[in-house]
Amino acid sequence: MNTFVVLVENVPGVLTRVASLFRRRGFNIESLTVGHTAVPGVSRMTIVVDTDELGARRVEANLYKLINVLRVDNVTSTPTVLRDLALIKVSATPETRAHLMQLVEVYRARVVDVSPSSLVVESTGTEEKIDSFVEVLRPYGVLEMARTGTIAMVRGGATSTEGVSVSNGASHTEHPTDDVSVSYSV
Amino acid sequence: MKKTGAQILWESLVREGVTCVFGYPGGAILPAYDAMLDYPIRHILVRHEQGATHMADGFARATGSVGVAVATSGPGATNMVTGIATAMMDSSPIVCITGQVGSKLIGSDAFQETDITGITLPITKHNYLVSRPDEVARMVREAFYVARSGRPGPVLLDITKDAQQSSCEFEWPPEPKLTGYRPNHWPSTSDLERAAELVRAAKRPVILAGHGILLSGAMDVVHRFAEHAHIPVAMTLLGLGGFPASHPLNLGMMGMHGEAWVNTAIQEADLLLAFGMRFDDRVTGNLKTYAPHARKVHIEIDPAEINKNVKVDVGLVGDLRDVLEELLPYIDACDRTEWTEHISHLKGDSAVRDIQNLPDNGHLYAAHVIHDIWKTTNGEAIVVTDVGQHQMWEAQYYHHERPRTLITSGGLGTMGFALPAAIGAKVGRPDAEVWVVVGDGGFQMTMAELATIAQENIDINVAIINNGYLGMVRQWQEFFYERRYAATPLVNPDFAKLAEAFGLKGARVRSRAEVVPAVQAARESEGTSVIDFQVEQEDSVFPMVPAGADLDAMIRRPSAIVETGADV
Ligand SMILES: Cc1ncc(C[n+]2csc(CCOP(=O)(O)OP(=O)(O)O)c2C)c(N)n1
Repeated sequence: MNTFVVLVENVPGVLTRVASLFRRRGFNIESLTVGHTAVPGVSRMTIVVDTDELGARRVEANLYKLINVLRVDNVTSTPTVLRDLALIKVSATPETRAHLMQLVEVYRARVVDVSPSSLVVESTGTEEKIDSFVEVLRPYGVLEMARTGTIAMVRGGATSTEGVSVSNGASHTEHPTDDVSVSYSV
Repeated sequence: MKKTGAQILWESLVREGVTCVFGYPGGAILPAYDAMLDYPIRHILVRHEQGATHMADGFARATGSVGVAVATSGPGATNMVTGIATAMMDSSPIVCITGQVGSKLIGSDAFQETDITGITLPITKHNYLVSRPDEVARMVREAFYVARSGRPGPVLLDITKDAQQSSCEFEWPPEPKLTGYRPNHWPSTSDLERAAELVRAAKRPVILAGHGILLSGAMDVVHRFAEHAHIPVAMTLLGLGGFPASHPLNLGMMGMHGEAWVNTAIQEADLLLAFGMRFDDRVTGNLKTYAPHARKVHIEIDPAEINKNVKVDVGLVGDLRDVLEELLPYIDACDRTEWTEHISHLKGDSAVRDIQNLPDNGHLYAAHVIHDIWKTTNGEAIVVTDVGQHQMWEAQYYHHERPRTLITSGGLGTMGFALPAAIGAKVGRPDAEVWVVVGDGGFQMTMAELATIAQENIDINVAIINNGYLGMVRQWQEFFYERRYAATPLVNPDFAKLAEAFGLKGARVRSRAEVVPAVQAARESEGTSVIDFQVEQEDSVFPMVPAGADLDAMIRRPSAIVETGADV
């Protein structure tokens, strides 16, 4: 599994361009999330792809061929905070409710909605943590689940958006790899 | 001063150096057509928008500058798809301009609305939907910049009708600065040194010369490089002309229909220097057994090509000409006579197998036709081929000395390409002698462009290699499907009469003796002649590496000298 943080210009069609690239090149997207960054006009995608190291380098090179892609970071082997957000609707009876509340506590999740027959629980964390949470809830009856997919941020002071900006549709940034030697040797 | 979007379009095209466009009008592009009359633009009215894109492509390949095609929305735009995909696969810089329904109507399934930017997304280098007049100039500039820089390719501009009609202040924007676009790469010194080290150590190196040589104008430096380091040069189909055919270090074409000794040399090589080529499967055969003893150095402008098909030892990313100029000083002069002599030995019995040594047996062979066109035109014509057997015979028997004299659809293999692409080539290079070499199948895909030729007084010549079959497919059926000729025999019209119906000259040739006089007559007469060469029907292209087989597992040419009948 490889995780990419991709900064793109927030223009119509950019998501299609990125998604279509993966399909066209035969890569399978595990998850893809998009949202705003702190920089106006710049969106951030976290893309998790099932591929090997060589494939990951091809993904990166091909992403850079898209003109609306500003920056690509493969964060797979960088210390990174990875988070997934899940909303889980689970059936709850007067008998099971207390048990469920305990599990929510243990997993540091939150109850965000209560009805006579169900609870909606919100949980954030790594994919594995949420998977395991879902597993323990399953015996009670998981009615519905919505997950965002992974978002990623590299630990420490360095930022992906450093130097990236967009003004009247045309963006300006110093690329970390611009005009410096790029090594493609093996 | 205020101008309409349509005026700004032409104003911008003129500033980009455009003097000629290929197109077909319609409602959604009508404001642009109306404005066109006030600008110094030659418009070639095509008969099908696919033709317009191939013409723009042929123009680009013959001249090295960007070709422009124009069409209306909906069906006009979708008709361009094949031509755009063709240009994409062969890195040909074209700009396609389509009209789009009014911006307020977008999404409503309005009359002749299609999402052409969506449709062409995977087959353009980039595309734009332009919905305001004040975007037109900037997007035209960007389109040309993107199309011609880096690895060239097609760019589409889809301009809404209201953007063409409404007005704004015209201002010619500055040189585009696109942050997300990085056309200029540069290899590191250490990689250059490592590449040089591999060249130094190599005893049996081969240069693989691709289309990148022509695109980056690297002919001269490749020449110097090959001579200085004494390295033989094998060419891809699109590389032909990038290194003179007559040069002693030129091996000729590699790959599926390359000569046997060229592929054997590649399989025996200890170093491959891939110059602006992309290890297409038609070139490598079975990847698992491809050049097993060779280290590989890949010089390529597109980083995504490095290690795509073949894992390389050193990848030098950058413009081929610049990188080679940089690399050359690191390379020692060398003598590799032992290796080049060995390759000469590999040629072995090739003279026996050369069809030129076949005495006239009453049959007309396509190879002879190509050979005679080559001789008669002194090898100086621009030859535009279609796709099929004749394409391979052209590559084998027309010996190209200079770049941009062979124009062919290599990557997509688009039948119907030749006739329109040749029109584009002639419009771009009016002084050049242009020949079309086309099969009877492919000719019928775009032969309506004969009308364009007649209307625009285009002076080219067309050689139809008429074998009564979809020849290349028939060959595969012969070799791999037990001669079950499913849907490959063709019942053809009288091509000579057809040409005459369009107001052009037509001729028919059935024997070898008639070939040269017919070619001469076509050259000497004004305007376009169409010659129907009725050749041996079940002739096959040799050598051949069956798809997926090892590169040196070739089906060789049968011995020509002992051959008597038509059968191969
Ligand atoms: C648009 C398109 N359709 C189908 C093919 C598949 N194809 C490749 S070669 C060939 C036969 C070409 O026949 P013809 O034009 O008569 O040329 P020949 O091979 O006989 O020289 C076909 C059908 C193609 N390359 N392009």
